[in-house]
This record gives sequence, structure tokens and C-alpha cells, in this order.
Amino acid sequence: MAKAKSAYSIPGKQGKFDTHIIVVWVDNEPGVLARVAGLFSSRGYSIESLAVAEVDPKLNISRITIVTTGTPQVIEQIKLQLKKLVPVHKVADFKREDKKVIFKEMALFKVVGNSSKKDKALKACKKYNAVILDKTNKSYVIQITALRREIDVMSKNLKKFGLVSVSRTGAVAMTRGSEIFK
Amino acid sequence: MSKLYSGAEIVFKCLEDQKVDHVFGYPGGAVLPIYDELKNHSSLKHILVRHEQGAGHAAEGYARSTGKPGVVFVTSGPGATNVVTALTDAFMDSVPLVCISGQVPTHLIGTDAFQECDTTGITRPCTKHNWLVKNIKDLSKTIHKAFEVATTGRPGPVLVDIPKDVQFQKTTYKKYNKQKKLNGNSKNLFSQKDINELIQLMSQSSKPIFYTGGGVVNSGPKASELIRELVSLTGFPITSTLQGLGAFPGNDNQFLGMLGMHGSYEANNAMHDCDLMINIGARFDDRITGKIDEFSPKSKKVHIDIDPSSINKNVKVDLPIVGDVAQVISSTIKTIKKVKPGFAKSNKQKISKWWEKIQKWRSIKSFDFINSTETIKPQYAVQRLYELTKNKDTYITTEVGQHQMWAAQHYKFDKPNRWMTSGGLGTMGYGLPAAVGVQVAHPSKLVIDIAGEASVLMTMQEMSTAVQYSLPIKIFILNNEYMGMVRQWQELLHEKNYSESYTAALPDFVKLAEAYGCVGIRAKTPDELDDKIIEMINTDRPVIFDCMVDKEENCFPMIPSGKPHNQMLLGPKDQKETKITKKGKTLV
Repeated sequence: MAKAKSAYSIPGKQGKFDTHIIVVWVDNEPGVLARVAGLFSSRGYSIESLAVAEVDPKLNISRITIVTTGTPQVIEQIKLQLKKLVPVHKVADFKREDKKVIFKEMALFKVVGNSSKKDKALKACKKYNAVILDKTNKSYVIQITALRREIDVMSKNLKKFGLVSVSRTGAVAMTRGSEIFK
Repeated sequence: MSKLYSGAEIVFKCLEDQKVDHVFGYPGGAVLPIYDELKNHSSLKHILVRHEQGAGHAAEGYARSTGKPGVVFVTSGPGATNVVTALTDAFMDSVPLVCISGQVPTHLIGTDAFQECDTTGITRPCTKHNWLVKNIKDLSKTIHKAFEVATTGRPGPVLVDIPKDVQFQKTTYKKYNKQKKLNGNSKNLFSQKDINELIQLMSQSSKPIFYTGGGVVNSGPKASELIRELVSLTGFPITSTLQGLGAFPGNDNQFLGMLGMHGSYEANNAMHDCDLMINIGARFDDRITGKIDEFSPKSKKVHIDIDPSSINKNVKVDLPIVGDVAQVISSTIKTIKKVKPGFAKSNKQKISKWWEKIQKWRSIKSFDFINSTETIKPQYAVQRLYELTKNKDTYITTEVGQHQMWAAQHYKFDKPNRWMTSGGLGTMGYGLPAAVGVQVAHPSKLVIDIAGEASVLMTMQEMSTAVQYSLPIKIFILNNEYMGMVRQWQELLHEKNYSESYTAALPDFVKLAEAYGCVGIRAKTPDELDDKIIEMINTDRPVIFDCMVDKEENCFPMIPSGKPHNQMLLGPKDQKETKITKKGKTLV
């Protein structure tokens, strides 16, 4: 559009997008996930993946791990907006490239086929802490833990070995070493 | 054993502990237990509105004119959905509201029961926080927390949804001890280092400007006093957003008028050319900044705000200072006095060239218009209204559109909390119910809603409320039979295709006033205007004033969309004389 024929401004320049992992500690109360997810959708931020579970049943604290992309300005806004929510205790933010942080996702693969195919599939999964959770004559259910892009590759590669179903979690994150995020 | 109270009683106990004296509301099935309890609490006056949106806006008017939170009662379902516009409005303009809504009994939640809706779901994006209270034991704690959330930090609306069975259940009530906490004290994150840096920037600057917003008003009357002191101490020019009007006297020589899309030529040019911009409690809204990439390109920017998320949201700043406006300014003044006692003197020389430039822009007189002896120009009407009411402590509310901008341009405020307008959300129909709320809070003051005929029809039913409670509000309608701002945009940007912006079959406002049991006055010519306005002021009853104005007057000056501050369109008077504006016009 050459001329903005509206009462509204035209968009300015956009910065470079980075992938960040945002970790949010929240009170585990009804609607808290909707508040966090609603904040992302209403302000147009993206959610690549989301993992949430209670981590402290005594204090009633849940930990939400969100993978998102945005310009540095947007990432900063996400953190500040999250901190304004009443049930939010603290917010941590890591760049995906950050070496000090461990990111892991889990995936379940169901492979159906003859034993040669199944074993090839299992072998391919070996370097990702593969565990067989269920096996029958015709099938395996294999669990792996890996990075997002590794799981992406695996779910593509296993197709030729009879992969029929994939189920995967969002990323969870933790800092290396003895420090914890305050 | 201590006494047991029902949920409904606890609601009132909490409101009494919070020193609430007025509630705006509308009864319905799911709040009946609360309304039943009303008779036992004579210290609390309930104002029955005619539509829940009116309750919300009235509470906003009440809150903005007093600095206290406004309280609203609504029923479940339609009661709650009707108040959503007002909650969103309060959210955008940072107005503290506590809305208590009834909900269907807990065992019916989720069954699509009669008048059920997901109130907390619907209001989640338009409140600071909301609660569904399913356990009577949580009720008092939740209501007190609601008041705390609404009034601390950047203020805003909250909602507490109470199922009907919880209103009947009984429990004990623990007396509430209010923590001694100033507004947002806990959010003061600034240090003396920030203040020193600010003063450093101020003493280096030769083209400084203060850009103040609603945050100054929200910070309390003290903040406005401090702003005045700071501005006179520094000799810097000051401009204000729509919401900040009144924090600094509108007729002071250092005040450049409102800035932004329909702000003054001098304010916008000064914003564009300055080398130091000190934003105090404003939020770089898109109506202020125009084109972001070309917004004040050469300036260092300082942003003082209580809400950390407002900083660097739209415009990147060089020095963020997170804190309550009053406290930041107070530290700044103290430090200047201590470190640079001769600041004003030494500075005067330095910024004298800047002031010369500003005077040049000022001489354009961008708010001027071509007056007429035959028809009432809307700007003239606002000017006359100002002249005839300026010696009273007048409270002004507005609707949304051209009349709102003319009011902001031509009515000069000199005190905070006297100007209630819907800025962020731009809610047509805000002004009339807001005037009701203001008049409830200030029964003996003159309260005028400067209105447009289209906006005011959206919430006209609240005249009935005004009559019921003998609230002598004055509805001053600038009647041009058009949705004026829509018409203006259509004229300038859509080849004069006035699509659906003309209101045929308008009511006769004088007769309408009489039908409501109030007074109708009509002015048709400039000659009779003053007498009629005086008649309105002297009427001790609600008045609808039908001021028939020029139908095709446009609101100038104006920054066209996507343009920076220094490319303003000026009014017809200047368009005849200067070439720049002709060029500007083709740019639209």
C-alpha cells in the first residue's frame, strides 16, 4: 500500500527475530494458563511451544516454559507484560543459543513394521536417550529426549522405518551448574 | 465464636472498610442477595443507572474526578457483558475501578444456565486482574486484594465475580488492616543515579521539552503541584497529552498546548525538533508519535513512568526512570536545588534561542478558525463556554470525536481531575454517564459534558439517572448532524464519500430533555449563544443544550496518518496564505 488511507499509522521498520525461552513461575490457580496464553495472543506474540506443570505442590507454584520468537524489543515487552500479571512470581528469559542453559523436549514415536525396520528405527534413536516404553511383534513405542530440531529431524527420518504416530512435548529448560534463577 | 456473615454482608463490610461511599449499578437475578443487603448500609449510596455501560463510565468519572476507585455492581450474563466497554475504557486510560458482578450459582457454572456467561473469561483481557470466588472463605481477602490491585502501580479496572450461592453462604469476617502504602510505592525502582543523570541531561540541553501525560494526574494532586514547580524552576516548555490536561495550567506562558494528531503547531514542532524530551507519565501513544521512524529524530529521550512495560514499548528511550511521578519529580527538584541552585538563571540564556523558535511557531496560531456571524462555529462555542465558566471550578467530560478535540484545544484547564475524556479506547457515549459520576462526587460543582449529537445518543438513557438523583449535569451538544470526525476523514481521505456519517432523523433534543424531565435549551446563532449558556449555567437542574453549529467545520491542525510531527495540516485560514499546507494537503 503506497498511501495509508486510514486514521492509523503505517508500520515502522522491523528488527531481527530471535528465539527465546521464557520461563514463568506462577500461582497454580484456575485460569492462570489462560492469562499467560491470552497475553501472548492479545498482543500478537508467538508461542512455538509451551510446557506447564506444577513444580511445588506446597507453595502451589507452576512453572511455564514458553518458546517464542521476537525482536529484542518484543522479547523485553513479553517479560515486562508477564511480570504485570498478578499470579506471576518471576520471569526468566534465555536465548536458545545460550550455552549455560539446558533445553530438552521429549517425544514418543510409534513405529510399526517388521523387526528389521523396528530395530533400525531404535538404532537411529540411540543417541537421544532412547527408551522402549512398549513393544509388540509389530510395533515399538520409543521415547527420546532431545532438542527441538533434533526431534524434527528424527520424525522425518523415521518415516522410512514405519513411523505411524508422533507425540511430543514443549521444551523445558534449566540452567547448568549450581546457580538457580532468582 | 465470632459472628457469621453472609457473602452479601461481607461485600458491604469490605466496601465499608475500603471507605467506599458510592456504588453505581443495576440489579439482576444473580446479584439479588447483594441488593437485598443494601438497605442495611446507609453509609453507602447506590446510584441506579439505566444501562451497565453507564454504571462503568459513571464510576470512571467518579474515580477520575476524585482519585478514589469507582465501584460498580452488575448482574451475571448481560450485566457483565454490558460493562465490558467501560472496563476496557478504564483499562486503556488507567482508571481504578472495582466491578462486582453476580454469577449463576456454582453448581450451574458451565451448564449454559440462564444469564450465565464466562465473565472472568470475557473480562480477562480488559482488567488488570479478575477473580471468580467459588469459596466464601476467599471472599473478603479477594475483594480487598481487588482494591489493592486497582489502585496501586498503574491504576486500572478489576472484577470480582461472585456466584449467587456464595452470596448466601456464611463465614466470619476479619477486619481489614490497610497497609500503609502510597500509590505504587513498591514500584519505585529508580535511584539517585537516575535522577543525577536526568539533571545532567537537562543542564546540557539547549532545546528541551516536557511531555506530560495522564500519569501526572493519576499520581495525585501533589504531582501536579510539583510539575508546576519543576517547570518554573527549569524554564523549559511543556506540552501535554489529551489525558494530562489540567496537570499544568492551560493559560501559562510555558505551556504549548496539547500535542499529537490535533495538537498545537508549536507543541508538535517542538517535539520534533527538541534535543531533550522528558516524558512524564505518558505512553508514546500512536496519536502522539505519528510516524514512529521519524518521531523526534534528534532528541535524547527520558521516560518517567510507574509501569515498566510502558517504557521502550513504542519508542526506545535513552533514560528510563521507573517510579511514581510525584516522587521522581520531588527528588529531581530537591537535587536541582542542592546541586545547581542557579539552574533557572544559567539555563535561561541557553534555551532563549529555543524559546524564540517556539514563539515563531506559536505566532501561526494553529487553533485559530474563521469565525462567522451567521452560524455558530463549534470552536467559538467551546471558547464562549470556557470564558463563561472559567471562574467556577468546572468539571468537563466529553464524548469522542471533533467536539472532544475542540474542547481539548479551546478549554483551558488549570487544575488536575477536572477533565474526563475517553482517550485510549475512544468510547463514544462516555461523557454523559461520566458526568453523572462526576456530579455524584461533587454535588455542588458545575459539571459539563461537551458532547456531539451522535456520541451522546449512545448513552442518552442516563439522563434519566441524572433526573432521578437531581444531578444538575449540563449536556452541551455541538450538534452538526454528522459524526463529525468520520465526516472529516471521509472528506480528506475518501473523496468526500460521506458513507453513513450523516444522522438523519435526529431527535428534537429540547423536547427530549423535556421528556426526561430536565431542561432543554437551543442556540442557533452566535448572538444568542452567550445568553443561552448563562441560562444553562444558572439552571439548577440537568440541562440538554442543543448548540446548532456549522455542519462542515473540520478539526485543525492535524497530523495526517503516517506523517511526522513537522508535517501538520493547518486550518483553512492558513491554507489560503501558505504554500506548505497546500503541499501538506496533497500528502494526505
